[in-house]
Amino acid sequence: MTIDLLTQPVGVSHYLVVGAVLFVSGAVAMATKRNAIGVLMGIELVLNGANLNFVAFGSSYLRGGSQGGVGLDGQLIAMFVIVLAAAEAAVALAIALNFYNNHATVDVDQGDELKG
Amino acid sequence: METAAINWHSFFFLLFALVACTFAVAMLLSSNIVRMAFYLVISLGAVSGLFFLAGADFVGALQLMIYVGGTVVVLIFGVMLTARAPFLRMRTGVAQWALAAIVGGCLLAVLLQAALSVDEWAPPSMVGENPPVSNTYTAAPLGLGVLGVRVDQLDEEDATLRNGMSGYLLPFEIVSIHLLVVLIGAAYLARTKRRPKEPTGDRQETVEPMISSGK
Repeated sequence: MTIDLLTQPVGVSHYLVVGAVLFVSGAVAMATKRNAIGVLMGIELVLNGANLNFVAFGSSYLRGGSQGGVGLDGQLIAMFVIVLAAAEAAVALAIALNFYNNHATVDVDQGDELKG
Repeated sequence: METAAINWHSFFFLLFALVACTFAVAMLLSSNIVRMAFYLVISLGAVSGLFFLAGADFVGALQLMIYVGGTVVVLIFGVMLTARAPFLRMRTGVAQWALAAIVGGCLLAVLLQAALSVDEWAPPSMVGENPPVSNTYTAAPLGLGVLGVRVDQLDEEDATLRNGMSGYLLPFEIVSIHLLVVLIGAAYLARTKRRPKEPTGDRQETVEPMISSGK
């Protein structure tokens, strides 16, 4: 099995498997982490899994050099995702620090003041 | 067992993929926030290696510079600013872990089944060859695409399709304004609030011991 993986060329589905593992790890981390910054790290993993899929669909390497797929659009969207993830991390971290200043905790279970 | 038939592209893909997945799962299972940040750095760096292997050199460099060098450093600053003893290790209950494992396992099964079931996404059938790609530098086409010119699709015959393949000038401008707003908003949100204090009380406390020691 591993010998097969080492001698065969890599396809789009290989990248999709890695992207799926990253996505599920990030989603479960978002759901289970109690630290607000841990939740932010889970979001980063989810965005990276999606980015990996975008790049894989746009890559002509993984299709044996043939055109098709989404072409350069995949890389362009991946660029936008990276930049927007940086902006999102800055704002979310500012909100987390504000919460920490006001409540002296980063436990997301304690942040239920908006509960109706 | 011959070793000459190793496809080095596949070898490095396997290396980076194993590192990325292993450290992502380690980040999920760890309960120490500092170790989680370290595992995240390793995982994101390995993902940038996967970008390079897919022929996306500019996006891989962006991933290294912005993600690993910027976003994660911001997150680590957040860890350091909030790292007190009760928040370094926050454990989740067993019931929540069990529920998350069930839901995550189902999601992973669905995604893997979808990823492996489409024939078009299967690996190309060339054993022992390098994939024939003529141009591997994507920085110039990406930059022109952001400016509104798609040099990679100039030879599209269908005029209606060509209209839909314009560049990304408007999203680029929106992202620029968005980054400016985010910069100002984050600085406003995270500023330290000055508490009303008596300025003279502090000064007396600091000055008086010096005078008493001088005597």
